[in-house]
Amino acid sequence: MTALDTIVWTTVCRLDDLAPERGAAALLGADQVALFRLVDGRVLAVQQHDPFSDAFVISRGIVGSRHVEDAEVPTVASPMYKQVFDLTTGLCLDVAGKTPARDLAPDLRTWPVRVRDGLVEVGS
Amino acid sequence: MNQHLVVVGGGMVAQRLVEALRDRDTAGTWRITVLAEEPRRPYDRVALTSYFSGRDADDLALGDPELWSDPLVTLVRDDAVTHIDRDAKTVTTAHGRTEHYDHLVLATGSSAWVPPIEGTDLPGVFVYRTVDDVAELRGYVEKLSEDRVVKGAVLGGGLLGLEAAGALQALGARTTVLQVGTHLMSTQVDLGGGEALRRLINNLGVGVRLNAMTTKIRPHRRGGVGRLELADGGRVDADVVVIAAGVRPRDELGRASGLAIGERGGIVVDDTCLTSDLDISAVGEVACIQGATIGLVAPGYAMAEITADRLLGGTSEFPGADTATKLKLSGVDVASFGDAFGETPGALEIVWADPVGGVYKKLVMSDDARTLLGGVLVGDASAYSSLRPMLGRELPGDPAAFLLPEGGGGAPELELPDDAAVCSCNNVSAGTIRGAVTDHGCTDLGAVKACTKAGTSCGSCLPLVKKLVTTELAAQGIEVSTSLCEHFALSRAQLYDAVRVSGVSSFTQVIERFGTRADGRGCDICKPTVASILATTSPAHVLEGERATLQDTNDHVMANLQKDGSYSVVPRIAGGEVTPEGLIAIGEVAKDFGLYTKITGGQRIDMFGARIDQLPLIWQRLVDAGFESGHAYGKSLRTVKSCVGSTWCRFGVQDSVALAVMLELRYRGLRSPHKIKLGVSGCARECAEARGKDVGVIATDKGWNVYVGGNGGFTPRHAQLLAEDLDTETLVRTIDRFLLYYVRTADRLQRTAPWIEDVEGGLDGVRAVVMEDSLGIAADLDEQMAQHVVEYEDEWRATLEDPEKLRRFASFVNAPDTPDPSLAYVPERGQSRPATADEREGASPTPHHEPVLVAGARLEVRS
Repeated sequence: MTALDTIVWTTVCRLDDLAPERGAAALLGADQVALFRLVDGRVLAVQQHDPFSDAFVISRGIVGSRHVEDAEVPTVASPMYKQVFDLTTGLCLDVAGKTPARDLAPDLRTWPVRVRDGLVEVGS
Repeated sequence: MNQHLVVVGGGMVAQRLVEALRDRDTAGTWRITVLAEEPRRPYDRVALTSYFSGRDADDLALGDPELWSDPLVTLVRDDAVTHIDRDAKTVTTAHGRTEHYDHLVLATGSSAWVPPIEGTDLPGVFVYRTVDDVAELRGYVEKLSEDRVVKGAVLGGGLLGLEAAGALQALGARTTVLQVGTHLMSTQVDLGGGEALRRLINNLGVGVRLNAMTTKIRPHRRGGVGRLELADGGRVDADVVVIAAGVRPRDELGRASGLAIGERGGIVVDDTCLTSDLDISAVGEVACIQGATIGLVAPGYAMAEITADRLLGGTSEFPGADTATKLKLSGVDVASFGDAFGETPGALEIVWADPVGGVYKKLVMSDDARTLLGGVLVGDASAYSSLRPMLGRELPGDPAAFLLPEGGGGAPELELPDDAAVCSCNNVSAGTIRGAVTDHGCTDLGAVKACTKAGTSCGSCLPLVKKLVTTELAAQGIEVSTSLCEHFALSRAQLYDAVRVSGVSSFTQVIERFGTRADGRGCDICKPTVASILATTSPAHVLEGERATLQDTNDHVMANLQKDGSYSVVPRIAGGEVTPEGLIAIGEVAKDFGLYTKITGGQRIDMFGARIDQLPLIWQRLVDAGFESGHAYGKSLRTVKSCVGSTWCRFGVQDSVALAVMLELRYRGLRSPHKIKLGVSGCARECAEARGKDVGVIATDKGWNVYVGGNGGFTPRHAQLLAEDLDTETLVRTIDRFLLYYVRTADRLQRTAPWIEDVEGGLDGVRAVVMEDSLGIAADLDEQMAQHVVEYEDEWRATLEDPEKLRRFASFVNAPDTPDPSLAYVPERGQSRPATADEREGASPTPHHEPVLVAGARLEVRS
């Protein structure tokens, strides 16, 4: 695991800019990131690119939760074909009968996120 | 060279014979010619009464019409066979056609028997046998109804007579049934059952006279029939008379060619359906089998199957007639099966009667009271479909338990043996239905029907088929749970009621009160469902606060997501009516934003390729030009399609466009379990294709006919007639209630056609709720719709006025002015379309699109 001090934190927006359980897209250099603010106050970041539809839409999915191994994990369902992803790990929990486009990996990349002084920072 | 089978007669049994033979004769050893007297294809004569309401003779079509395009099958219509030459093995028709046969099948059926009394030839006296009979009867009654209340009389209180009486009553005629014998349906029902039946028939407003022998039919001085004179000196006034006094086999060809004829008519056949000439078979109502002719379709089907089997070298034999019958008359439930009169020596009868409720039930059991021999069910025949297959088998437990009212008795669950016949029309056994689930992977009723044909003819066995399928699925460990998802154990309809009654108005409250886990936050199944429920129980803007997080993909931004992540935009064009200025405004918006435009199936214009951040800019322009959201993105009312109607059309009888516009503005924004489409046609030519819609309205001279349950899509359906000749006010109230009853009780993503099937009582059940307020909820539904109409607001206009909602349309939260760099378009046929993956990478530019340059992301926008 990368040591904390090697992470570069980029401020992307104010926490107030994010509505609970509604995603928002952000540009992080050339990367498109999908940010999600949960009802418990956590902010999580995964890739905006949907590997199944090959479109940049993940932030527009429905946020929910799923019971996985005795824990309630926060999820997002792709707005395109409804694959479900674990927002904390990016793992695809339900491929909804499809395979990713262009032999892409089914799981989403994640980024660490912290909130300081009301500002949302994404690490890379 | 194949052999030639000639079938004389084009009825239901002939159709079944051809179907069975073509189904099994894979080698094509027989070619078939069917010579039919009626000018149409075989149709469902059993459902003839529905033609009164259906109007469309095509609704009575039987089986797969492809059968008649089979190169080995020739159907000759409108040409009766007049002569059989048994030596030359030929038949000759009225039009002079001669066919040589290797085998001949007589399936000429029966004709209505007209008693030899004076006056049966008067205008206004009808029989009840063919589509033409019914059409003429209907026309006659409708004509008379124009200036008076028509009085109808039906001679004959049997199955057909009661159906005819119900049909006359439905046409508004005041009807009396005259029965020669001591009670109604005397062939199927005993005296006690007949008495209960009489009360039920009286409740429909139909009079019944028993022991009433008609001796003369007298003309009216205006012409046509006027009254009946009875043997007891009584008189009955009647403007129209239907004779349903029984049928006689059409055995004249058999008589003329010297075949053996039964004592009471009918061409005598053995158990293999062969006549006294081994090259000739007789099937159906014309056949005298085991000493009698049988006027029911199921034994006829059995004979057709036997004949097909024998023609291919099989050895099947007639097992004895299944004379089970069920009366198809709304509000009157009658069934009779097996030894209904207890004629078996030593038979015991167990009777349960509730004279007040009009219920009479009887089971006939063997002398040890264990084996079911037959039964009569009047007033409540719900046990029919599960009891009939148990004929000749031991019933578990106390037989009386099967007669008690539902919920009161605790009848043991019947485990049907695999060989028990469930669907006698199509001869499908319980084992075949179970096999459809276990071996053919069917997981719902529709799939099992398609796979086995069970329940596809008369439909009376469907409750049993459904039960078998559900039981078998459960046994396979396939969950048939109705729970919405892991977060809610309730079905959508249950959750709707729970939310409506409790008055909760946010998802957090809903999941806390009715969810499976306190910390669950929902999913892409339950959140849109709750959003849809709340939309009609506690109306609020789709993007208001927490509501916004519940919306499915398209509602989420009030536009339709396309494959590349861009959106399409559809402004409402109510009824498909648009001004030139409106068209120009839409055109300019599309041009300025570089949108691809296409006319939709719902008579409006779809604009594709809008980025999420462009949606507010596009809508500002549209709203300024007077447009509003078309809700093309919602599970909600989409469009009300219309033809041009009487304003312009030479044939139109009503103003269909005005009605369509009114209906579209009334129901716009109504959130529902699935999308809803309406159509309005200005005359019976039906140019708006209204019968393909969830609600279809078709103009008549007197008002509007309303059809419901039409669907396109994966499982297309024609809408069925709900009500006729309504004035506009009644029409609107009827549609109001239909839509809201659907909104309240349908399952998630269930369209209207399967929903109607699921409603208790099917279409009749829906009609009872919507037209007769059988559940007592009509006032509540009316009020809810009134609230919807008052509270409607244009979602897009409201969004444009709210900066907080507009923020959610930014492309990037940290770069709201930077468009999504991934979007790329290429020109095609004068417009742009999304670039393919190859085009984006420039790997293999297609020769047609040179240069493959890509517009879109940096497209000039005037704003």
